[in-house]
Amino acid sequence: MTGHVAGAPQVPAIVARDFSFWYGERKTLHEVSLVFSRRAVTAIIGPSGCGKSTFLRCINRMNDLVPDTRVEGDLEVEGREVYAPTLDLVSHRQRVGMVFQRPNPFPKSIYDNIAYGPALNALALKKDLPEIVERCLRRAALWDEVKDRLHESALGLSGGQQQRLCIARALANEPTVLLMDEPCSALDPIATQRVEELILELKQDYTIVIVTHNMQQAARVADRTGFFDAGRLVEMGETQQIFTAPRNERTEAYITGRFG
Amino acid sequence: MISRRALRRGKSRLMVALMGVAVLVAVLPLFLILGSLILEGASSLSLSFFTNRPAPVGEVGGGVAHAILGTLMIVGTASLVGIPLGVAAGLYASEYRGTRLATITRFVADVLNGTPSIVIGLLAWTWVVATQKHFSAFAGSFALAMLMVPMVMRTTEELVRLVPDALREAALALGYTRWRTTLVVVLRTALPGIVTGSLLSVARIAGETAPLLFTALGSEYFSFDMNRPMAALPLVVYKYASGPYPEWHKLAWTASLVLIMVVLVLSIAARLATRQRFDRP
Repeated sequence: MTGHVAGAPQVPAIVARDFSFWYGERKTLHEVSLVFSRRAVTAIIGPSGCGKSTFLRCINRMNDLVPDTRVEGDLEVEGREVYAPTLDLVSHRQRVGMVFQRPNPFPKSIYDNIAYGPALNALALKKDLPEIVERCLRRAALWDEVKDRLHESALGLSGGQQQRLCIARALANEPTVLLMDEPCSALDPIATQRVEELILELKQDYTIVIVTHNMQQAARVADRTGFFDAGRLVEMGETQQIFTAPRNERTEAYITGRFG
Repeated sequence: MISRRALRRGKSRLMVALMGVAVLVAVLPLFLILGSLILEGASSLSLSFFTNRPAPVGEVGGGVAHAILGTLMIVGTASLVGIPLGVAAGLYASEYRGTRLATITRFVADVLNGTPSIVIGLLAWTWVVATQKHFSAFAGSFALAMLMVPMVMRTTEELVRLVPDALREAALALGYTRWRTTLVVVLRTALPGIVTGSLLSVARIAGETAPLLFTALGSEYFSFDMNRPMAALPLVVYKYASGPYPEWHKLAWTASLVLIMVVLVLSIAARLATRQRFDRP
């Protein structure tokens, strides 16, 4: 295990080495090798169908739901091999939180949405739950908006609030990594801005990987950016470098809007 | 010359009117049935009807309390077995769709759903009554449960399928195990609909007569013994309606009214059960 090294953000949180992925006969990821830094935001950009979401969903093994898939190569999170047969999937998914494209709160109260994870996963005692709920909602910058209606339906919240609730829900498991699959694509610009502010805030404590179609968003929130095309990682580097001085001409063509 | 717009509007009106007529024709029988039941049966409706056994032939009054009790017991026992089985099978067929067992289960359920209830009754007779060598309320419950399972299973399956995948993913991504996701998120979300479906299937089997003819048989007495023949409302209706005495006919009408009321109450309860707190903002 890599372990937690204070003041050493260069120790990568996630490492992929020649990682490939197949849907049946179709190979959708080709020998991807990359590292994601700890406590930083890394954006993955690329045209539709380039494999960026597939890659993201490999990190917490959400692709297990799809029948007839296969992987090759290494993928490690915090030093643990993600596809090792000995991996405890439940605790792995607790360590690697995920926020989806569309807000997907449970049809329950705001309180229960947060309390559901830690309570069922027996991380917390029942008496600690109100405190955990408040802490997570504060962390997700939602507390002030919902503190008087904790026991009302989460579905009564606006889309942006729901998405922040989903972030709070993921935080309740005390993960180290947060995966975000186009978290703002269903939100209006103001809600998007709030979520982006939240991402910048959260990167102090979490390793964040965000898949996005929105290049401005990548430029605004990400420290590093990787560009995927046709199942391959084309280029990865400091966000500023990717957007101002891309080394690869495909990358340049994509970010200048010539394809994708 | 009529403008195209007027022609279009005319056609639209005609179609709407035709559909209105179709709706009327469709709901008319319900009101006719209710109307004649009330007309014929309501006059004998009294407290004693709900508390007494039938009076001997020739005497007026008497009730069907023994049959109400019997229906509650037979249908209750059937529900106790049929609903959990149906829900479990439906959950499996939906959450593990694509597996061979799920496909077979679904097909069998469809066949069972289409099987006439009298055939189910005969089956229950062969399996339970003939082997035990006596009629029993249990055999009746067995037959009704067999009718219930495929009904509940199909409704459950359909409703569980409506639960968005996003919710399953949300739960799994939080580190829920598959079974916990199914029970706590999927089943819980689909529950109001499943409750409705189950209540409706209870209402359906409460009125079944054919399967009870060969199993519960009917009785004139109060009985709590599931191992012996027992009265039931549909059997009372069947016996009294086909009997020769006018008092019996009257009793049959009133018993039908009670039966319909039981079904109505269940259906309304089913409606109320769907009003969930969190399913919409």
